[in-house]
Amino acid sequence: MAKRPLLGLFRDANAAADAGDALKGAGISENDYDFLTDSPYPEGAFGEREEKHRIYLFPFIGALLGLTSGVLLTSMTQFAYPLVTGGKPILSLPPMAVVTYEGTMLGAILFTVLGIMFESRLPKPKLGLYDNRITEGFIGVLVNTEEDQHNQVQELMTQAGAVEVKRET
Amino acid sequence: MQEGRILTPTEVNRDLLRSILDTPRWFWPVVMMLGLVVLAAAIVIGVMINRGLGITNLNRPVVWGFFITNFVFWIGISHAGVMLSAILRLAKAEWRRPATRAAEVLTIFSLMTAMTMPIIHTGRPWRILYWAFPYDFARGIWPNIRTPLIWDPSAILTYLTSSTLFVLIALIPDFAVLRDRTTGITHQVYSMLSLGWQGNARQWKLQIISGILLSALILPVFVSVHSIVSWDFGMAMAVKSWHSTIFAPYFVVGAVHSGVSAVAFVLILLRWAYGWQAYIRHEHIDALGRLLVVVATGWFYFFSMEVIFGIYGREADEIAVRSLQFTQWPVSAWTMVFVITTYFIPVSIWLSRYCRRNLWIMSIACISVNIGMWLERFLIIVPGLANRQVFTFSWNMYAPSIPEIIIVTATFALVAMLMLLFSRAIPLVPLYDIKEGDILKTEIKIGRRTVPAVYRED
Repeated sequence: MAKRPLLGLFRDANAAADAGDALKGAGISENDYDFLTDSPYPEGAFGEREEKHRIYLFPFIGALLGLTSGVLLTSMTQFAYPLVTGGKPILSLPPMAVVTYEGTMLGAILFTVLGIMFESRLPKPKLGLYDNRITEGFIGVLVNTEEDQHNQVQELMTQAGAVEVKRET
Repeated sequence: MQEGRILTPTEVNRDLLRSILDTPRWFWPVVMMLGLVVLAAAIVIGVMINRGLGITNLNRPVVWGFFITNFVFWIGISHAGVMLSAILRLAKAEWRRPATRAAEVLTIFSLMTAMTMPIIHTGRPWRILYWAFPYDFARGIWPNIRTPLIWDPSAILTYLTSSTLFVLIALIPDFAVLRDRTTGITHQVYSMLSLGWQGNARQWKLQIISGILLSALILPVFVSVHSIVSWDFGMAMAVKSWHSTIFAPYFVVGAVHSGVSAVAFVLILLRWAYGWQAYIRHEHIDALGRLLVVVATGWFYFFSMEVIFGIYGREADEIAVRSLQFTQWPVSAWTMVFVITTYFIPVSIWLSRYCRRNLWIMSIACISVNIGMWLERFLIIVPGLANRQVFTFSWNMYAPSIPEIIIVTATFALVAMLMLLFSRAIPLVPLYDIKEGDILKTEIKIGRRTVPAVYRED
C-alpha cells in the first residue's frame, strides 16, 4: 500500500516533541516523519533523526575547479598574445595569483550554494501537505505512512496535543 | 545586551512584513524624488557619452577625480555587509540578528553602484567589454591580467556574486513566510522564490550551515576586494604618495569604518521609517557604536603610519604631496575636515554611552564618518596626481564640474532608492533570525535577580 502524508499542527514545541516520541513508540520509522517549523530549533529539540549531509565536500570541489579555471585563463590568455614587455617573462605568477585566487573563491562559493540546494532537496516543485500556520509559529509534524495507519497516527497526535490533523485531499 | 521582550512569531511577521504588505504614505513620493535625481544623472551620462569626457574637469595630470573617488567610497560601504554579517555570525554575536540583512543588501547595492563609476569614467562604457571581459572578441587580444585594473573587476564580480547568493540563500525561509501571507500573483512570485521551502529539520540544518560556511568563504573575498582596489593606486609606481605597501590594510579598515557607520545609519532610518523599535533597539546601535570605536582607532593608526612613513623618507616628491595635503589652501582645510569628521568627532561621541543610545547623535556621528571617508579617498587620489612630477609637463589642480557633481550625488539617491524599493519586496530584518533569537532566549534567576540568558548551539 502506498504511503500518504498526514500533518499534525501543534502550538507548542513540547507537544510536538511528545508527538514525535509517541510516533517512535508506535513503531513508525524516524525516516517517515518530519518536523516543520518557522525558525531553526536546536538540533534534536524534537527528538528527530540526525540529518546526514556532505555539504563540506562541495566547496572543495568548487575551489579545485575554480583554481584550475583561474590558472588556465591567466596562463592561456598570456600565451595567446606572447608580447614580451620590459624583458619580463610571459608567464608572470604574481598577477596570475590574484585572478586565480578570485576564481578559486568564486568556484568554492558557487559550489557551496549548489550543495546547499542539493542537500536541502530544493527546489521542490510541489509543496505537498502543508499549512500556512506553520510560518505563524505552529509546529507541523508531517508523517508519511500507509493509509491503514492513518487513524492510529491521527489519534496519537491528537493525544499529544495537536490542534488539528490534516490529510491530503 | 538583551533589552527587548520575547515576541511571538505572529507579532514578528506582522511587524517586519509591514514594509511589504502595507505601503506607508511617504513611500512613493520619496521614491519618485530619488528617481528624479537618478534620472537627471542618467541624462547627464547620456550627454557625456555623446560629447565625451570633455564635459568633466578631468584633465592631465588629474585624470582620476570624482568618479574614481566615489567608486572607492561605495566599495568601502559595501564592506559593511560582510563585516557585520559574516564576522558576527561566526562569532555568534546575538546582537547581529536585526542588522545582518540590511547590511548585506546595502553591500549589494553599493557594489553595483560602485561598479557603474569606472564604467562611466571610461567615457566609452561599451569598451569595458574589450578591456575587462575574458573573451578575445575575434581580435586575438585578451585582457591584460598583469594590471590591477583587471584584478579589480575579477574581485568585485566575485564579491558581488557571492554577496548576492549569500542574501538569496538566507532569504528562502522569509520568502516562504511571504508566500503564506500573500495571494494572487504576488503569492505565485513568492512561491517560486521560496523554492518549495517547508521548514523541515534538514532544511534548517543546511540553512544554518550555509550561513556559517558562506560567511567563512566570503570573508577572504571581502579582504581581497578592497586590497585589490587599493592596488589600483599602490601598484602605480609613478605616483609617489600612492606607491605604498600599507594601502591594502589601510583601505580595508577604512572600508569597514565607513561601511559599519553607514549600516548603523541605515538601521536608525529603518527603525524610524517602519516603526521597528522592538527589533532595532538602542542596545544594537550601542553595540555598533562600541565596535566602531575599535575600528575607527585601527583606521587612525593606519592613517598615521601612512603619513609618518611618507614623510620619514624625506623624498622630495613625497614631501611635496604631504605639503599639498597639509599646508596648502584649500587642500589643507579639506584634510583638516577629513581627519576631524572621520575620527575625532565620531569617536568622542561613541565614547559616551548616552550618545551611543541617542539616535540623533548617532546619526550625526555616522554621517560625519562618511563625509570624512569620502574626503579621505578624494585626498588620496587628487593631490597624488596634482603633484608636480618628473616628466610631467602640465599640471593643474582639479575641481569637479557640474555633471560630475550631479552623477556623484545621484549615486546616493540610487542606493537609497534601491534600498527602499527592495524593502517593498523583502523584509530588511530577517524574520527567521529574529524568531530563532526569541526561541533561544530565556530568563534565569540568579540570587535575587532575574537576568536574560541565551542558549548557544555549537
